[in-house]
Amino acid sequence: MSLLLPLLLMFALLSGLLSIAVGPAHIGLPAMVAAIEGKGDPIVRAILLDLRLPRAILGLVVGAMLGAGGAALQGYLRNPLAEPAILGISSTAALGAVIAIYFKLADTYSWLVPLFAVIGAVLALIPLLALSARGESALTLILAGVALSTLAGAGISLALNLAPNPFAAMEITSWLLGSLEDRSFKDVLIAAPCVAIGLALLLGQGRALDALSLGEDGARSLGTDLRRTRLQMLAGIAIGVGGAVAVSGAIGFVGLIVPHLVRPLTDRSPSAVLLPSAVAGALLLTTADIAVRLVPTAMPLKLGVLTALVGVPFFVRHLLRERRLW
Amino acid sequence: MVTISCRDLDVDLGGRRVLSAIDLDFAAGALVGVIGPNGAGKSTLARAMLNLVPTAGGSVAIDGAELVGLAPSHVARRVAYLPQGQEIHWPLSVERLVGLGRLPHLAPFSRIGPVDQAAIESAMAQTGTLPLRERIATELSGGERARVMLARALATEAPALIVDEPLASLDPGHQIEVMALLAARARAGGLVLVILHDLAAAARYCDRLVLLHHGRVVGDGAAGDVLSDAALDAVYGISAWRGEAEGAPLFVPLRRRD
Repeated sequence: MSLLLPLLLMFALLSGLLSIAVGPAHIGLPAMVAAIEGKGDPIVRAILLDLRLPRAILGLVVGAMLGAGGAALQGYLRNPLAEPAILGISSTAALGAVIAIYFKLADTYSWLVPLFAVIGAVLALIPLLALSARGESALTLILAGVALSTLAGAGISLALNLAPNPFAAMEITSWLLGSLEDRSFKDVLIAAPCVAIGLALLLGQGRALDALSLGEDGARSLGTDLRRTRLQMLAGIAIGVGGAVAVSGAIGFVGLIVPHLVRPLTDRSPSAVLLPSAVAGALLLTTADIAVRLVPTAMPLKLGVLTALVGVPFFVRHLLRERRLW
Repeated sequence: MVTISCRDLDVDLGGRRVLSAIDLDFAAGALVGVIGPNGAGKSTLARAMLNLVPTAGGSVAIDGAELVGLAPSHVARRVAYLPQGQEIHWPLSVERLVGLGRLPHLAPFSRIGPVDQAAIESAMAQTGTLPLRERIATELSGGERARVMLARALATEAPALIVDEPLASLDPGHQIEVMALLAARARAGGLVLVILHDLAAAARYCDRLVLLHHGRVVGDGAAGDVLSDAALDAVYGISAWRGEAEGAPLFVPLRRRD
């Protein structure tokens, strides 16, 4: 346990550095050092600092948020199947982005797409809080999330349906697949503060999540203020996951799988899984983002496609091994 | 010394009155059994005393202070509660689970300290769960789990303890052990409230019985007075045989009234 976090941090950092080193243009180590020192070929510097560095940072930031979001929600909803998308916030964020793409707002200002996504995520809080205000049951929240993602999904379908030409539809689908390609520091500026707020809100919930493993009455009798916990959980997910989805599109499975991989290496309490899940999520997503660049395909492979493709068999194997515990 | 009092307490659940006009005072030093048929409002009374259900009228006070104005963490340090059903959602080790009882005492982001560890050890020793320490709580048998959950409540070391149905799924040996443990805590100056279905155990171990029927208190006092023929007939619809063994009352439900 004590070694887990330092090891994960080291690997996450390595994956970040590797992400800067890998790409279609081969850049040797001396050229990289020169670029960091502010010397050398300006094109090489531009590739490293303006293209690869923001992409590496986004991989770490988005992955951390998805991992921590999954761990926090699994603890909060006491459901091993929970993941950041379960509350419908990822879907409303995606809908926000799709609206921006549909109305071609991105053509004027590219940062309007992620901004609309964040707005979509935060707007989801209104129905979620209203629906869950009457009771503290986890099931109410899950049902509200299902309703919300269905509604947002319908909105996205509508946009695809009404898309004036195949290219517009293509642009929307492409965004929905999830990717970190061609991101800039503008995206980092949108995602990083959102994720920082989200992580701060979620990582502080460890104590309440532990208490919740005794059920709602058990948690409250241990002095947990469930109202506050719910508010901080929902706000943390909406702001953090909203910010992450805003720049990456929908990347499935990382938030579901990471807590399950981390849990057996801890004492299995929700609080112990939180922080390692954030770091492991950063590591996993960055590694996957390196992999999509290395796999030779005719069209560039989308990150969200890869995480789901590789994630499912891995996850099933893991669940079969751990099933005695459920 | 801790006290809990209910004044003219009403509780509604789902638009139905579940408790009405409850007036009860509990003080340290006695083992109090709360009995009554299914749906009489026993668990709701316990939950109302911990502010886990909203009250429709009246009030609950802990140490004379109104419950609704108290911080949840303060209540948690004064009253430990073992809910019915023993929910455990994650495959925690027994020691980690019992350690959850220390949550009300821990400052934010601090870890289990020596004082907490001592409380955990003592709670596990009292419930005979020390040998289970490394086991996964979700893989325990029903009886083992019941004792581990009791240890979790004891680990809080709150002066008051409210236990809902601790005897369910326990064998006779462990039933006796748990009742003796609760009685000993009460004698040692604790306030112990136990919700029971087992009238024999209630009669034998409790210093005072509170009998609930349709959300009202219909009996309050020593076992001999509360479990009268008339009350048993009116509330449970049964008759019973009474005796005495080793200086404590024996009570055996006999038959249902036709």
